[in-house]
Amino acid sequence: MRAYWAVVSARLRMLLQYRAVALAGFGTQVFWGLIRVMIFDAFYRSTNAPQPMTYEDVVTYVWLGQAFLVLILWGVESDIRQMIRSGTVAYELLRPLDLYTFWFSRSLATRSAPMLLRAVPMFVVAGLCFGMRPPPSLAFAVLWVIATVGALFLACALTTLLSISLFWTISGEGLARIVPSLVAILSGMIVPLPLFPDWARDALDFLPFRGLVDVPFRIYLGHIPLEEIAPLLFHQAMWTAAIVLLGRWMLARGARRLVVQGG
Amino acid sequence: MSLIAVENLVKTFRVAEHAPGMWGALRGVLRRRYRTVRALDGISFSVEPGELVGYIGPNGAGKSTTVKILAGILVPDSGRCEVLGRVPWKERIATVSRIGVVFGQRTQLWWDLPVIESFDLLGDIYRVPKANYRRARDELVALLDLEPLLDVPVRQLSLGQRMRCDIAASLLHAPSLLYLDEPTIGLDAVLKPAVREFLLRLNRERGVTVILTTHDMDDIEALCTRVIVIGQGRILSDGALEDLRARVTRERWLIVDLVDADGEIADPDAAMMRREGYRVHLRFDPDRISAAALINRITARHAVRDLFVQNPPIEEIIARLYGKSWQ
Amino acid sequence: MREAFRLYFRYIGVSIRSQMQYRASFLMLSAGHFVATGIEFLGMWVLFDRFRSLGEWSLREVALFYGIVNIAFAIAEAVVRGFDTFSWMVKSGEFDRLLLRPRSTVLQLAGQELQLMRVGRLLQGVFVLFWAASALEVVWSAAKLALVFASVVGGACLFGGLFVLQATLAFWTTETLEIVNTVTYGGVETAQYPLTIYRRWFRRFFTFLVPLASFTYLPALAILDRTSAYGVPAFVAWAAPTVGVLFLVVSFQVWKIGVRHYRSTGS
Repeated sequence: MRAYWAVVSARLRMLLQYRAVALAGFGTQVFWGLIRVMIFDAFYRSTNAPQPMTYEDVVTYVWLGQAFLVLILWGVESDIRQMIRSGTVAYELLRPLDLYTFWFSRSLATRSAPMLLRAVPMFVVAGLCFGMRPPPSLAFAVLWVIATVGALFLACALTTLLSISLFWTISGEGLARIVPSLVAILSGMIVPLPLFPDWARDALDFLPFRGLVDVPFRIYLGHIPLEEIAPLLFHQAMWTAAIVLLGRWMLARGARRLVVQGG
Repeated sequence: MSLIAVENLVKTFRVAEHAPGMWGALRGVLRRRYRTVRALDGISFSVEPGELVGYIGPNGAGKSTTVKILAGILVPDSGRCEVLGRVPWKERIATVSRIGVVFGQRTQLWWDLPVIESFDLLGDIYRVPKANYRRARDELVALLDLEPLLDVPVRQLSLGQRMRCDIAASLLHAPSLLYLDEPTIGLDAVLKPAVREFLLRLNRERGVTVILTTHDMDDIEALCTRVIVIGQGRILSDGALEDLRARVTRERWLIVDLVDADGEIADPDAAMMRREGYRVHLRFDPDRISAAALINRITARHAVRDLFVQNPPIEEIIARLYGKSWQ
Repeated sequence: MREAFRLYFRYIGVSIRSQMQYRASFLMLSAGHFVATGIEFLGMWVLFDRFRSLGEWSLREVALFYGIVNIAFAIAEAVVRGFDTFSWMVKSGEFDRLLLRPRSTVLQLAGQELQLMRVGRLLQGVFVLFWAASALEVVWSAAKLALVFASVVGGACLFGGLFVLQATLAFWTTETLEIVNTVTYGGVETAQYPLTIYRRWFRRFFTFLVPLASFTYLPALAILDRTSAYGVPAFVAWAAPTVGVLFLVVSFQVWKIGVRHYRSTGS
């Protein structure tokens, strides 16, 4: 636990040092948020028919997306990729620590710091200037926090799985590039899931990716009735557990494969 | 007409100052403080075709600044300069197409390409006519023994191999003027003399004018008849190596190896500079006492295992030019 | 001039060969890029499926914008990314090495790299453009086809000019290069949709300051036989793509100023 905090605070300090970069990145995201809001505005004005989400809700949704963009912005940690490529990961496997837990907690730590650093100012700026609204009640706010923590764990489970897929070299590399894009759209980050065509909803609701964006964001908006939230959190947790188990299993297989292949 | 004519070059730089601590860093984001550094404070010299000149001085003296101005990549604040009949920074492309530059620590070759491909590319870049290029390339490959290296990517070469390739690369377009910046740095004891030999022949047989900046005094002793010393942006000395030495000091050094590690040496005409175990470094003025007389006195009074006389090394000469001692 | 092009292609050949050495990796990178950029169109399709139309514009018409912008951007990214390494070069002093060669720095930097993986974005842009062109109820003439081609070229020049300006910033500061990404990547996001849907200050910015409209909205008026809501005369629509080329020329002049600054201040 202490190791986790150490990494988080180190990352925070490092990010704060590159203040100009942080500011510029923030400016870019505000710009993007504005573009998206204007696009949605134009679409909503094109029709009088009622929609699964109101325009005001969509606006808040967009700014939540900018605040928590790091949840779907993945790359495989470059040194993990190096380790696997060069074979030195074999040394890691020899160590008396659980490599999966190590990679997972690392992922957790390196995601928490940028997430906090971007979310807080984005809430302030978007809330004051761009019409972002707070959750409708304290209950929703609390449940939203829980769902966001769950989303964080789910994201880390997925990225750790991606890292492990690198054991299967080429196919792993391809996956590492294609999957994040698919996740981006299937999670609801590009377009909110309620706006997707009805025939796609069943599949989208089943997949784990909604747990990253769709679930926590719509809890925040109060878009999901209180009694329906628990099953969604359960969905999030179950998928996280399943992906963690899959990851552990794949790591064991991958390690054996490495040893057999000779690195 | 001189190949290079430099007159009163002045160049100042603005260097950002970093205030220490957190508060300083914060202030630094809002408003930067600058201090001006006078890298060149009015230097003048000229170089005739066919010379082999050493350009020496401590770090930060202004050596690379001078070379950059002569190469046309840096514009001075004031002063005149002509290289091969042109003002270098005004006619950059015309100037650089007739000079060669070798940086000891940075390569001009393409990292991932085999050496021969770098050479070919450079031949194209410098617009060398095909026949001339082939001739120059074959000659240089033979002279510098590069045949086994031609198909090796540059990143796989050792430092010595890379340096030889860099020197060859700088000569493919047959420049009449060559700047070398620390060319023998990091080379082993076998390679250094070989490179020096090559440069000497280049100068004597082909008449290529060479300007050599280096910290290696053996390079200077071996190659340069003329030495320009620069310090803190000013030319401190310009002339033959022997004259430089004589100008600064006539003293000579006597190094004595005593039998007894804690024996004491005291002599009215010799000053002790340094002591390392049983070795004692002394200096004396040959006008006051001859070397022979001093040696007699010392061997009469102390048990001496070995001794030798030498001229003060170049580092000491140069340090003296600033009034400090290198020792 | 022709000789300069020959050298450029020689440089590029080096870059292509070294990328092709890792054939599988190149395919993976391109495929990944294809998907990453293609999901934007997927998002667009979903929105049109839900909302039926975007003001006066249909999906097919907006797809035209999308196709042109993406193809133009992909070309610019592939060609001008050599300038990306520039800020590193200034820091490490490698830029001096470029100045020591008797060639223009633009040629040397542009020749450093031709990013093949950008073919991913290019392909999905081409697919969308062809789909839009075939599905649109437009009478295609040679002139209109030429205009589409000119729009792509103008757009590629404009984005290329933006990348050059971004690199030029490195002469003065090594930090805020991110800002320009708002305009390049933000520009792509923006121009995929017709500029009429945005707020006025936004429209003005992307028409006069960073003239994206010159190769998207304005030529589209001529291609789609529409009249502009802003009283734009017809000939402007046809001539607009040249603005992109002019922008690139101006960027090169700014670059030259940057080089001059570098040469008088050292690094």
